[in-house]
Amino acid sequence: MLGYTVRRILQMIPVLLGATFIIYALTFLMPGDPISALTGERPLPEATVAQIRQAYHLDDPFIIQYGNYILGVFRGDFGIDFFGRPVLDLILERLPATFALAMTAWVLKLFVGLIIGVYGGLRRGQAGDHFALVFTVLFMGVPGFVIALGAQTYFGVHLGWVDPAGIRAGWPMAFILPALVMALEAAAGLARLTRTSLVDVLRAEYLRTAKAKGLSPKRIIWGHALRNAMIPVVTYLGLSLAGMLGGAVIIEAIFNIPGIGGLMVSSINNKEGTIVVGIATLLVLVYLVFNLLVDLTYGLIDPRVRI
Amino acid sequence: MNKPHEAAPSLLEIKDLRVEFATRQGVATAINGVNLSLQRGRSLGILGESGSGKSVTARTIMGLLDTPPARVTHGQILLNGEDLLAVNAKRRRSLNGASVAMVFQDALSALNPVHPVGRQIGELYRVHRGYSRAAAKRAAIEMMDRVRIPAAAKRVNDYPHQFSGGMRQRIVIAMALALDPELLIADEPTTALDVTVQAQILELLKEQQSENNMGLILITHDISVVREVTDEVAVMYAGRIIERGPTAELLAHPAHPYTRGLAASIASEELKGQQLPAIPGSPPDLLRLPQGCSFAARCPLADQACTATIPVLQPVALQRDTACFKSEEVLVHA
Amino acid sequence: MSTTTTVNPLDGAKAVDRAPDKVRGAHRRWWLKPRFVISGAIVLLMIVMAAFPQLFTGFGPGPTENCDILKSNQPPSAEHLFGIDIQGCDYYTNVIYGARASILVGIVVSAIAFGIAALVGALAGYFGGWVDAVISRICDMAFGLPFILAAIVVLQLFGERNVWTVIFALALFSWPGGVRFMRSSVLEVRNREYVQAARLLGAGNGRILRKHIVPNAITPLLVLQTLGVGGMISAEAGLTFIGIGLTPPAVSWGLQLAAAREYIDAAPHLLMFPAIFLTITVLGFVLFGEAMRDEFDPKGK
Repeated sequence: MLGYTVRRILQMIPVLLGATFIIYALTFLMPGDPISALTGERPLPEATVAQIRQAYHLDDPFIIQYGNYILGVFRGDFGIDFFGRPVLDLILERLPATFALAMTAWVLKLFVGLIIGVYGGLRRGQAGDHFALVFTVLFMGVPGFVIALGAQTYFGVHLGWVDPAGIRAGWPMAFILPALVMALEAAAGLARLTRTSLVDVLRAEYLRTAKAKGLSPKRIIWGHALRNAMIPVVTYLGLSLAGMLGGAVIIEAIFNIPGIGGLMVSSINNKEGTIVVGIATLLVLVYLVFNLLVDLTYGLIDPRVRI
Repeated sequence: MNKPHEAAPSLLEIKDLRVEFATRQGVATAINGVNLSLQRGRSLGILGESGSGKSVTARTIMGLLDTPPARVTHGQILLNGEDLLAVNAKRRRSLNGASVAMVFQDALSALNPVHPVGRQIGELYRVHRGYSRAAAKRAAIEMMDRVRIPAAAKRVNDYPHQFSGGMRQRIVIAMALALDPELLIADEPTTALDVTVQAQILELLKEQQSENNMGLILITHDISVVREVTDEVAVMYAGRIIERGPTAELLAHPAHPYTRGLAASIASEELKGQQLPAIPGSPPDLLRLPQGCSFAARCPLADQACTATIPVLQPVALQRDTACFKSEEVLVHA
Repeated sequence: MSTTTTVNPLDGAKAVDRAPDKVRGAHRRWWLKPRFVISGAIVLLMIVMAAFPQLFTGFGPGPTENCDILKSNQPPSAEHLFGIDIQGCDYYTNVIYGARASILVGIVVSAIAFGIAALVGALAGYFGGWVDAVISRICDMAFGLPFILAAIVVLQLFGERNVWTVIFALALFSWPGGVRFMRSSVLEVRNREYVQAARLLGAGNGRILRKHIVPNAITPLLVLQTLGVGGMISAEAGLTFIGIGLTPPAVSWGLQLAAAREYIDAAPHLLMFPAIFLTITVLGFVLFGEAMRDEFDPKGK
């Protein structure tokens, strides 16, 4: 188990390097000089510019810059922005809002998706299943931000149940609507996967065995079918939490939630490359850690892959 | 119909069973008027190719058919006089596993991959007899011992994938025997196994059957399996029983051309170097059964009578029945 | 699209074992099923609208012609079915012309992803070894990046963004899922008997890939990418809506929605019409993909 974990962590390193390098390269190949973007109309004296360039290692070859950066990341130093604030602090300041949004959405999605998926799977081919199918197609088919706009206008502006934007109301009131929108969109996929998986399992020979043993339908489903059906679902759920952190950008923008999505967009506009790369690096790390956790917990549910 | 062989009441009595499957192309008749009876302590082999209805018969007895698409249109299955087709779901559950049990073909897929084998065996004691967790586990170990799984106490918490094919089949048998059923149905129990392991598993089944005075129905396409284990045999073809009788005699002197073909194929296996005389042709389409004998199209002896009317099972010798107009001819030439 | 994946009859492999037909189990005349007819009609209508918007606007003035700023934000009327937009242009014309950007982005991005995934996935699955290792690691890297974030970073490289810029940004990170998918399909096909037979008969790698591997492994990928078209259209509209996608003078539903948001009380029709069109389009493509999957990918059922 320990050996496996270490091996997996070592395998993560090239992926982390590759992914951050892609973002780093894309970001710092952005057109426009960061210093002139910083100073605007009034040019700085040559000497000052040179000083800044040196301070931020802007004259080093690109690959050296990247190397320095990533070494810093491993020490927990994500660099500083042009105002001298540590990037990590900036991100951590914004992370709670995104995290609250993503987590809330994820939990809501978990409930909605699993309930619909299990319901549809158990009633395959019946009216309930068809209803569930229509639901999932609708939420997959209607673009999330259209639902977001509609929900914001209706529940936020017309009915006034929640603030249409911002997070002044705090958790959960400020997050419930955006999270619900994200959850519904994502729940469709989860419901599909759960249903398909359960339908597959319900055809399995070992459920015939269970029936031959004289077990009650309840025991067959809860004791024998669901756990097997959950095996592919668990992987998906684990990875989707990481995905939701990154996918919250559009919803954050619509509901004006000061999370890392907004930080990302404003940083790009201000040519604050270090922040952009910092966010991307952190999200890649989160993704990899979740990936690892999913793999390590996989054995708990599927003994065939137990390490 | 045939006269009862003994006065003792039958453990299992199947009367004129008919099962249909609704398919996209139409209704397929999987079982077409099957009559069977089995005494306690006796073993019956059901022999046939795939699609002959032998597995459907087993599943119908166990109540494992998926309905739909399957539908039992006619008949009775009497277990100690109680019609299994008429009992309610609760009664059915109390009989399954306890009075009737089944051994499946592929042990790997018949066992739940995410539960330890001990728990899967013990579940029977917990559900049917209300044992505690610990008692069920002890009973499971005992059962694993009985089917001769080495170091049962140590392996009780292992998962199915950690066992070899033969050991897995022993676990499935342990599960089936756990509650001392009166009737055991084994559906191709050795098909998925190596030849050497096959013999061991058959030996185990035979021994457990006689020790516990069970009725055993062994379903297979393999004549040698039937010959080794069963007292009687029923040959199925296209949903009907076309011949039945004591195993040794029936295989030595078949009275139906189909059985003769099967018996010849195994006989020639012993004559090494010779071509197997496979029966030419293929079984009829269950969606469009012929008007007369289902085997007529492949039968070298068939004449007009065969294609016009369906032959019924009739006694041809002591305790033997055959559904063939030409049985006299077949018997003589065998 | 072609529904059959046949083996070249001249190939010796066929004599050994016929390549299984991937569409086996599909109904004959599947295209007559209502779900195909309905979703197919929506998809077709939207594609025609994207290609020839003039057909729907009566060959009248284009989206930015004939505008009268004094009529800005007028609600729908008999003369202007969808009303007038902020600039005083006919909104119906604008919404119709908006289809092109969405459809083009959706289809081209999915087609690029399909092409890359088919090629790279087939190479990884067929050759295995270090080829597979390199490709799989690259996929891992691309997978580690959240798709939308990566697209945003790329989009920001461009000051003014037209349809092709957006296509480039979305396509750049759109393929890893498809590659993995294709790779596993190819792994399934690779050791089939007809492939081995072709190899024994002296067929080269290129020929085996072209004639046996790809045709037999590609249907599920095609279905997957068809399902993805709707998602790409959504992504484009969403990115454009928050100001990181298309920029004016492009005409698109995302831009219209973004502009309309400011006037949600004064002119709700500006929000409604592009939203309805966008929704119907995405829904149409999703339904079409679903219908295809149910028909051609037995595993997905």
